Amino acid sequence: MKRSGWLGIYAVAYLVFLYAPVVLLPLFAFNDATIIAFPLSGFTTEWFAQLATIEALHDSVINSLYIAVSTAILATCFGVFAARASSRYDFPAKRGIMGFIMIPLVLPEIIIAVALLVVLLQLGIALSAWTVILGHVLLCTPFSIAILNSAFLAMDRSLEEAAYDLGETRWSAFRLITLPLVMPGIVSSLLISFTISLDEFIIAFFLTGNEPTLPVYLWSQLRFPQKIPVVMALGTILLAASLILLTTAEYFRRRGVARTGAKDTGGFL
Amino acid sequence: MSAPLIELETVEKDYGEVLALAGVSAEIAAGEFFSLLGPSGCGKTTLLRTIAGFEDPTGGRVRIDGRDMEGVPANSRPTNMVFQSYAIFPHLSVGQNVGFGLRRKGLTKTEMARQVGEALEMVGLGGYEARASHALSGGQRQRVALARALIMKPKVLLLDEPLSALDKKLREQMQVELRKLQRQVGITFILVTHDQEEALIMSDRIAVMFDGQIAQLDSPQALYRRPVSRRVAEFIGVMNFIEAEVTAETGDRLTVDVAGLGAVDLSAEQCPGGGGGRGAAVGIRPETMTLLIDGETRSGRITEGSVEEVVYYGDMTYYDIRLDGVPAPVTISMRNLPGRAVLERGARARVAWDASAMVLFR
Repeated sequence: MKRSGWLGIYAVAYLVFLYAPVVLLPLFAFNDATIIAFPLSGFTTEWFAQLATIEALHDSVINSLYIAVSTAILATCFGVFAARASSRYDFPAKRGIMGFIMIPLVLPEIIIAVALLVVLLQLGIALSAWTVILGHVLLCTPFSIAILNSAFLAMDRSLEEAAYDLGETRWSAFRLITLPLVMPGIVSSLLISFTISLDEFIIAFFLTGNEPTLPVYLWSQLRFPQKIPVVMALGTILLAASLILLTTAEYFRRRGVARTGAKDTGGFL
Repeated sequence: MSAPLIELETVEKDYGEVLALAGVSAEIAAGEFFSLLGPSGCGKTTLLRTIAGFEDPTGGRVRIDGRDMEGVPANSRPTNMVFQSYAIFPHLSVGQNVGFGLRRKGLTKTEMARQVGEALEMVGLGGYEARASHALSGGQRQRVALARALIMKPKVLLLDEPLSALDKKLREQMQVELRKLQRQVGITFILVTHDQEEALIMSDRIAVMFDGQIAQLDSPQALYRRPVSRRVAEFIGVMNFIEAEVTAETGDRLTVDVAGLGAVDLSAEQCPGGGGGRGAAVGIRPETMTLLIDGETRSGRITEGSVEEVVYYGDMTYYDIRLDGVPAPVTISMRNLPGRAVLERGARARVAWDASAMVLFR
């Protein structure tokens, strides 16, 4: 009994440490003082109003969304290819190839960023949103493969064969049977890749040209103390948006699980 | 006999390291219930998948209805398959599952619905169209898989261990139903199974496979009564083997000296495996020997022994009996008829046997 009491305290402390800073974000976003400190002085929505007027911020948001959506789609496509290949077929050096694809998962981002920058400059390719996408796809594909691999492995491979046996082509069997069944995995992969790309800083910082992404723009604004409440307001909006996104995704995932009667493997939430 | 529907001509499958099929030849007639029986890894599933077109043979030929199947993919062969896992599409309803193969046939909606209804009716699931397929029981999934394959009106239906996932009662029921269904639709069925009883119950003919080859291809009765080798005999049911020696051979009669039992006179028919040489063994099935209880008499040969082990099954009792002079104990099964006593371990026993039930392996 005593032991579980201590473990309870540990768990609460852990959660406080994890989420207290996040809770402070909306708190100061509505505080009408430029200094981030207690006591709170009053309620205001001014910082949110200011957000609407900053042109450079809007550009960076659009940039980030463009990069994140492109990254999510590309990484998930590559993830589908790789996961299907590794879960269905045996080919020479399979383990080695899959291992190398997964390495960016553990490689320090700064190394990827610097290496990519050097290569791009040597090749004479101008830095743009697409160079950031390139870096982000490299980073997100391993996550996508990890998610999709389990989705493909959980699927009985006779299903596709059965469709083929019943007269479908390889492609239509994949489209009609495999794709709907791994769809929860694809949605998860899209969301994870989107999220990773959206808040990735190091690669974006190195590879972005004169069109900064949102994290890069935010970082540049932190030099000006009077801008900090505006950043807080922006953070609050992002927080709300990601909560809505994740809740929606989880809702659709659970509905999908219930519809096909599959065993709930937990998803990513 | 009319031209065979399926001709297998020295079919080989080489997986680099393993030779899964080492030259399999067989002919399967139209309307036949044919089983591929063997232990796991004997190549029976590979052979089935080769006929279906999921595996390309590395040698030999597969002909279906006179047509060489080389280069013909699974989706254009006149075969359909019932998978071991049933492979029911979980995101589709029962009706959509059964009608899946009709999608490409350009039928009207009403015609499709009619055929799906008929197919479901045939497997005893009439009216199940709108059910969610993931809510079905194992037996129902099996029926849906059958209906989905049969609706295609294939020339050959391939069944890959279709009953192995069902519990014993349901399996026995489905064995009989499947056999009835096959007679009703008249389609050639090829069944893969490792269960010898299942093969015996359902098949017209059985190919017993070991190590990528057919060891014996025969009717269930011939397979059980006249196995060509000890390995086949051991795989199909239980058989006692007793050392023996061929002492004389005249025409189609053989005189064999069986250890402990003395000289017996066998016909050449009783040696289906052929072969020569004096050293041999005779095989005798447990149910062909009779334990004589309370002074019962029987014409024919009687040998005495002592009971070593008694296993009571309810309807049957299995005895291990050490017959005087026979080196290894033999197993004898007796039906527990009313009034027939069950002997105790250590009791003396008299066993009646008949040389006509023996099989000679040389």
